[in-house]
Amino acid sequence: MQPAPRTLFDKIWDRHKVVERHGQTLLYIDRHFIHDGSRRAFEMLAEKGLKLRRPDRTFGTPDHYVPTSTRDVAAITDPEARAMVDSIERNAVEHGVKVFGIRDPRQGIVHVVGPEQGLTQPGLTIVCGDSHTSTHGALGALAFGIGASEVGHVMATQTLWQRRPRTMRITVNGTLVPGVFAKDIILAIIAKIGAAGATGHVIEYAGSAIRALSIEGRLTVCNMSIEAGGRAGMIAPDDTTFAYLEGRPFAPKGAAWDEALAFWRALPSHPSAKFDREVEIAAADIVPMATWGTSPEHAAPITGKIPDPDRAPDAERRAGWQSALAYMDLKPGTPIDRIAIDRVFIGSCTNSRIEDLRTAAKVVRGRKAAIPSWVVPGSGLVKAQAEAEGLDKIFKAAGFEWREAGCSMCVGMNGDLVAPGQRCASSSNRNFAGRQGRGARTHLVSPAMAAAAAITGRLTDVRPLLAGA
Amino acid sequence: MEKFQRLDAVAVPIATPNVDTDQIVPARFLRKPRSGGYGGFLFHDLRFDESGAEKPSFVLNAPAYRGARILVGEKNFGCGSSREHAVYALWDYGFRAVIAPSFGDIFFSNCFKNGLLPIVLPAEQVKALQAELTQRPGAGVVVDLERQEVVAPSGNVHRFEVDSFRKQCLLQGLDEIALTLSHDADIAAFERKQAEEVRWL
Repeated sequence: MQPAPRTLFDKIWDRHKVVERHGQTLLYIDRHFIHDGSRRAFEMLAEKGLKLRRPDRTFGTPDHYVPTSTRDVAAITDPEARAMVDSIERNAVEHGVKVFGIRDPRQGIVHVVGPEQGLTQPGLTIVCGDSHTSTHGALGALAFGIGASEVGHVMATQTLWQRRPRTMRITVNGTLVPGVFAKDIILAIIAKIGAAGATGHVIEYAGSAIRALSIEGRLTVCNMSIEAGGRAGMIAPDDTTFAYLEGRPFAPKGAAWDEALAFWRALPSHPSAKFDREVEIAAADIVPMATWGTSPEHAAPITGKIPDPDRAPDAERRAGWQSALAYMDLKPGTPIDRIAIDRVFIGSCTNSRIEDLRTAAKVVRGRKAAIPSWVVPGSGLVKAQAEAEGLDKIFKAAGFEWREAGCSMCVGMNGDLVAPGQRCASSSNRNFAGRQGRGARTHLVSPAMAAAAAITGRLTDVRPLLAGA
Repeated sequence: MEKFQRLDAVAVPIATPNVDTDQIVPARFLRKPRSGGYGGFLFHDLRFDESGAEKPSFVLNAPAYRGARILVGEKNFGCGSSREHAVYALWDYGFRAVIAPSFGDIFFSNCFKNGLLPIVLPAEQVKALQAELTQRPGAGVVVDLERQEVVAPSGNVHRFEVDSFRKQCLLQGLDEIALTLSHDADIAAFERKQAEEVRWL
């Protein structure tokens, strides 16, 4: 009998099994990314008297706690935050791990740095103590976020006990309307399937609209898989992937490249492979999206209105919508594009790459920001590239702040916070209550939509602005 | 890790879907040392106002639910960030089991690593349990891991599923790293094979 045709996920999973025991698989981990929040795992390792099994497979960079106003660690006024940034560089030296430190131009958000350095490759298993590790699946890797205990487990054993997840394919066919971006695709998907829509599943994104995305766009889509509850998100490697990887510092070279390429080309799901669930979305139906509530599933087209909890499909969603609208101080029936915004954040592991900044700059060029607006590039290299292209000048001329790389206002751990009661249009990934600061109200949008909000001071359909750009 | 076998304790209902880990423990506390305890940070911005005073409207502050060790939540409990501090906060506050129709995947795994038992029950059973706990605030619930049963205050018994591997780890309080290191030869064999097959890594 022929073996069953396998998915991309199946092929990677099967290759990384070490042993199986009581329904759990001991899965080998090829790459482990760490950041300044990984300190607790190093402590746990020390408490047990253990060492890193594979420091050569471990790479890190400080991102959550780094200031975005300076590259000077001594300037961090909060001693606890300073200790977090210090700890990763100290642990790197002690354990022999390659870390791109705060003064290294390659420093940045770990999910921007991994692909940028060519560390993220097709067919690898990748973990990191951060839920947005799903980002790396954009290059055809199996990548997922883990907690501190599991980080410690990977450090000590280079493996993880995992139960085989189910698979889900989300197919997006057709062509996107101009002004609609990868961020709108993933927000539309989450609005459709819900914040728990993919719980227990690994998602594979497929279809012509996904194939047409650049790697930057694919990284954005896979990044927010976790916001749909997905364990991981992945996209089959193709020529776009290989062209992106070739020549990157940690990508294979010479004969090794050819060998790797032959292996990578065999990874995509077999055409008749079966998925546990299938979802389809038509690209042409997607319009620019914005969230209005406190869960990423509270997303609507910019042309839409805030929904009425009284008309929610079930009691659970009614309760969820009511508490979201109370927190957000919004009324049912309000057109989304009438919502006034107090500030704008363009950044985060979702949308801080060069393409994101180019698109935002296109909207901003020759215009003025009506409200305080920040651009926080995803890495030192993204920042340098943007400056080489003159994008920083466009943002600064419009009154934007042009800052240093880090997670910044997506999560506010470094002190970059939205004030209580303020409303922020943000290119980040989570609109949870208090996510950007206590009492802060977040509206998730694409970088282009964030730029449009900066210009008008309200949530705004970016399409006319882009058409006139 | 502390063993989990059987628990008979006050249970508190939190009937909101998508309770994310940012709500369970806000990001600004994650830099605090583990040794200092996280119980005071649990649901901080829901439990306390800006001055630090308790909000009487939040369910954990109701006298009948003080001392609760079982939390009965809603769909997608613990979604969002991978911060294990969410589990530390629940644990340090005193919780030993969380019951919900579904959980965020990473939170679910993190629970097992710290001796906190997450239990998935069908949505209608969770609803019924929440209704009982709302009608009889302070009522006790029994969680028996060996028998895989939740006994409601009414005496209704709800059976739950749990991976046998995770069940054994919790029942015996096993250290997972020590267990994995007993497979060291298998891991080393995998590494030798991979070094031959994937030479570019």
